[in-house]
Amino acid sequence: MEDIITIFRILLLISLIVCAVATALSKRVMTALIIFTSYSIVMAVVWLLLRSPDLAITEAAVGAGVNGVLFFLTLRKLHLIDKDFADDEDGKIDEGVNVNEE
Amino acid sequence: MNLLINYEAVTSMVLFAIGFTMLVFSKNIMKKILGLNIVDTGVYLFLASMGYIEGKLTPIVPVAGPVDALDYINPIPQGLVLTGIVVSVSFSALMLALTVRLYRKYRTLNLDKIYEMCRKEDEQE
Amino acid sequence: MLMKNNKFSSLLKEWYEGNLSFDERMNIETEKPVIKKEETTEKQKIYLVKDVENAEEKLTSKGYKFFSVIFCVILAVILVGTVNFMPLFADDNTPTTNEVYEHYVGEGRDQTGAVNTVAGMILDYRAFDTLGESFVLFTATCAVLLLLEQSKDKPIKKRETFTYTNDPIVRLVVKLLTPIIIVFGIYVLFNGHLSPGGGFSGGSVLGAGFILFAMAYGEDFAAKVITPKIIRVITICSLSFYCLAKSYSFFTGNEFNGIHSIITPGTPGNIVSGGLILPLNIAVGFVVCCTMYSFYMIFKRGRLD
Repeated sequence: MEDIITIFRILLLISLIVCAVATALSKRVMTALIIFTSYSIVMAVVWLLLRSPDLAITEAAVGAGVNGVLFFLTLRKLHLIDKDFADDEDGKIDEGVNVNEE
Repeated sequence: MNLLINYEAVTSMVLFAIGFTMLVFSKNIMKKILGLNIVDTGVYLFLASMGYIEGKLTPIVPVAGPVDALDYINPIPQGLVLTGIVVSVSFSALMLALTVRLYRKYRTLNLDKIYEMCRKEDEQE
Repeated sequence: MLMKNNKFSSLLKEWYEGNLSFDERMNIETEKPVIKKEETTEKQKIYLVKDVENAEEKLTSKGYKFFSVIFCVILAVILVGTVNFMPLFADDNTPTTNEVYEHYVGEGRDQTGAVNTVAGMILDYRAFDTLGESFVLFTATCAVLLLLEQSKDKPIKKRETFTYTNDPIVRLVVKLLTPIIIVFGIYVLFNGHLSPGGGFSGGSVLGAGFILFAMAYGEDFAAKVITPKIIRVITICSLSFYCLAKSYSFFTGNEFNGIHSIITPGTPGNIVSGGLILPLNIAVGFVVCCTMYSFYMIFKRGRLD
């Protein structure tokens, strides 16, 4: 039984690293955010396996819930949710928006 | 090989390195904040894995009867991480608010460009 | 076929098949952004494209990238190499397994009255730490409000008022889930000293529940139910109660000044036990809940009401 749990734990840790790398490599911020939310959910299961249920509840509510909502709201507030603005690699500033606006 | 036994600590260190790389390389402010969050979770994972002891129980003791401390895992790292997780959210909210203000002024999320614009503004004045 | 004329299914169909943008899906009238090129004054021209074209090349030159790659790789190697000398994972002979841990777990229940050792630790032995955390949360709320507040005279911009109340999926699911999540949050909050959970976990769950409530019923309705005054009063009362209660506890905790605390640990396992741990849990939970909810409202509307 312990061996199975160890294998499960190693799988979860590998998926953590994969999620982190995917967050770093994704071009769109929207994609990075969604991957980061799944990263938080995997993290919650890792806390559970480390015998820390307090941390699991907090991480599931905060990391996957509130944090993600705040990031999405920021993107929506800046009207960038549909845009592929990534790292601004084309060197263009969005000219469609009035510069004078506060 | 201690590295093979310490796989949790190795994972947390790799996560720290990935987050730090995002902080350095990504020009987008939002991705920098995400990288900082990943650094956070890496540190938390390292702390919590230090308290784990194989085959011992969650530190919730029975209601009555004697308690043997050696039956339970170490609760101190948990307490430290528990407060840290909630504070990291307020931290990222503050960062996002600053991002909104920066975007309203400069219309871009690229930190290099914002820096350049700030410098030009200073030169003009 | 049965649901052919249903408004719900037509909405769903529009959602999945239509080539709509996010704004159109949410039934929002987006104003097309206005371009006023003539009005750009001398100072604002610096924001235009040409002047900053070379910015990227200057700052992220090859040398910068090269050295940052080297630095990151060296950092990773050093960190992973240090792990080689760390105490072994899941071993019971590590330096962290010392007398502090034995004292907290072995005598924590009899001294604090909390069955959950973590709650007993962060709210009794290390209560000042948690007080600092609560004030960090409160300060963060104030800072975010200062940064993002919009004046009350200005109406909220139309393109910033987007709502999920028109969304068929979100509205249905959230209306079903919200009461369950809030009840679970209250359970976690009030049983912090008996089971996993406590102020921070329960407060986050409650805050997430209220965020969902605001999403499903609209922010206008939510702002009428949970007014800024309620949030202010709850936060201030919780923080000052924490200060006063812990001051009393620290003042009377000393055996040498002859004053004895009237707070006793009680019977471990009862819901009213653990001395100050249950009220402090509730105070911390309320502060965390108000913080999460205020973050959402400030980011969404620019103000709390």
